[in-house]
Amino acid sequence: MASTIVVRDIRKWYGDTHAVDGVSFEVEEGEFFGILGPNGAGKTTTLEIIEGLRKPDSGEVTLLGMPAWPRNKQLLPRIGVQLQASSFFERLTTREQIRTFASLYGTSAADADRMLEVVGLADKAETRTDRLSGGQTQRLAIATALVHGPEVLFLDEPTAALDPQARRNLWDLLRDINAQGRTVILTTHHLDEAELLCDRVAIMDHGKILELGPPASLVRGLDAPTRIGVEAGLMSLDEARRLFPDADVAADEVSLTISTREPATVLAQLADRNALRGLGVRGASLEDVFLNLTGREYRA
Amino acid sequence: MTTTETRPERVASQVPTGGWLTKLLSLARAMFLSFRRDRAALFFTLLFPLIFLVIFGGLFGSTGTSRQDVVEIGSVPLIDQLPQDARAQLDEVLKITKVDDRTAAIDKVRNGDVSGAVEQNGNTLVLHFSAADSAVAGAIQGILESFVQSANVAASGQPPRFTLDSQQVEDKSLSYIQYLTPGLLGWAIALGATFGAAATLVTWRQKKILRRLRLSPVGIPTIIGARVVFAVGVALVQMVIFLAVASGFFHLKLSHYWWMSIPLVMAGTLAFMAIGLLAGSRAKSDEAASAISNLITIPMAFLSGSFFPINLAPRWLQILAEVFPLRHLNDGMLDVMVRGKGPVSVLPQIGILLGFTVVISGIAALLFRWEEI
Repeated sequence: MASTIVVRDIRKWYGDTHAVDGVSFEVEEGEFFGILGPNGAGKTTTLEIIEGLRKPDSGEVTLLGMPAWPRNKQLLPRIGVQLQASSFFERLTTREQIRTFASLYGTSAADADRMLEVVGLADKAETRTDRLSGGQTQRLAIATALVHGPEVLFLDEPTAALDPQARRNLWDLLRDINAQGRTVILTTHHLDEAELLCDRVAIMDHGKILELGPPASLVRGLDAPTRIGVEAGLMSLDEARRLFPDADVAADEVSLTISTREPATVLAQLADRNALRGLGVRGASLEDVFLNLTGREYRA
Repeated sequence: MTTTETRPERVASQVPTGGWLTKLLSLARAMFLSFRRDRAALFFTLLFPLIFLVIFGGLFGSTGTSRQDVVEIGSVPLIDQLPQDARAQLDEVLKITKVDDRTAAIDKVRNGDVSGAVEQNGNTLVLHFSAADSAVAGAIQGILESFVQSANVAASGQPPRFTLDSQQVEDKSLSYIQYLTPGLLGWAIALGATFGAAATLVTWRQKKILRRLRLSPVGIPTIIGARVVFAVGVALVQMVIFLAVASGFFHLKLSHYWWMSIPLVMAGTLAFMAIGLLAGSRAKSDEAASAISNLITIPMAFLSGSFFPINLAPRWLQILAEVFPLRHLNDGMLDVMVRGKGPVSVLPQIGILLGFTVVISGIAALLFRWEEI
């Protein structure tokens, strides 16, 4: 069976800027797929081309077995797109918004109201959408994208500008949506988000995909050191260097950090010397993957 | 998160359908709700034109012509010795007060406190007038001229051979309000439809609502149709309010075929909507869209005779006015609401308005952009 999304060598120029520069990948049915990269990497343009909002200058996209461009009214009911937070009718209440969008797809008002409960906005039904909080607005945006029961859901930076609690709530919601068997494809510039949610991640920079795979195997493939940090002053820098000749040791006023590929040995030695106060152990993350791929620090 | 082997249930690939009419009405409903809660839009489309109606109606609507104030210096036997009925006739047009101080009286004329001062020197009636207001000066000279003429005829002892009987061609009840209401209503509709369409198009583009609609299985004709239903609805509400206020407070009397103004208003709304869409097709902000709309509607309102008749304007200006749909709407509405013409007489105007709609919305469609870039 053909993949849900097939992207073949798409390219898009904006004037001199090469926004998307030869991107290809496939997304399977029911997969949670992430496009990760810093701002300006070409994530949003890629997503918009797949959604059928923009025509690529070259290359092609097949969505659910049909070409994404030009606009196809057979295809549109089968996909859902969460847009930026503000894309609602002005001065309408939460319930009026979702019912209006539902009717555009021939979905009943009762189903629309049920969707408000799914995203936890039932108690805000009579509130005007301009008075919702950031997290609530984002939930409504997702609800309007889901109201007609699409097979594929597109999310463009759904947690941007949300506080940590709202982000975690939204992650739970997105996991539930994916667990229902819907294919979810999201862009994000938060590495932790991609790592937590996605089955597979495409890391993008300068319009190209640098690496693609499950987050865990991308990190494992790095063979990056584990960072072990303890409170400063428990052990001198020289002593640490003598004890762990194969590790990278650094110190500042607050902590001593040991980067090693043999964390077990290091931890045992530290425990022997009763030097575990303020212990923190951090394995490699997608941040290291990005650093490794581009040679520069990841900045969202 | 890892892929689980058992998906709870496969998402059904249902393609929900829905009639375009349901979608259209649902979109139109959203527009109405949004409009009803927009105080600024409500003010400018409903109340603002009504304020003009009240001001103009109050200013000019009360009596036909106002009486002119005239002072009589000392004794003017020609006026003082008039028979009772002749004096009453004169009082209908002149409000005469007697004064004794000649200098003070002429000063009053100079200051514009009164329209003129009269005195009698033997057989000559002397009128002091100010050139500052030529219309008043002309009116008062005319009145006194004819007064002296009839005094001469009376003095000759012969009955007058010729008489003048002036008759108004329109209904006897016709007053200024009859002309004012259709013109101001036309302007109100132009204002509402043009600004509404321009601002909506720009905000919908800015707020990505257009993009949202583009991603839903809704045809462009459905979206435009919803807007038409909304705009025509607003125009008809404007019409009901206008006619109610004008007949309730200013004694507007509609002629027999007034209902023919309903299709006229609908055709007019389409034409103004097209202008608004043209203004909004490229504008980057709603301020810009408003500015462009103003640039079109203000000259249009003046040249189309919404505020005052333009038959006095130079010929070239009158010809220029023909390019504005409002000119034809006003013309048609006057015909059926006031002049008492038959329903068929406004078919040309309706045709012209629809023609405008086709041409202007064609241009707007060419310039139309879904997205800001």
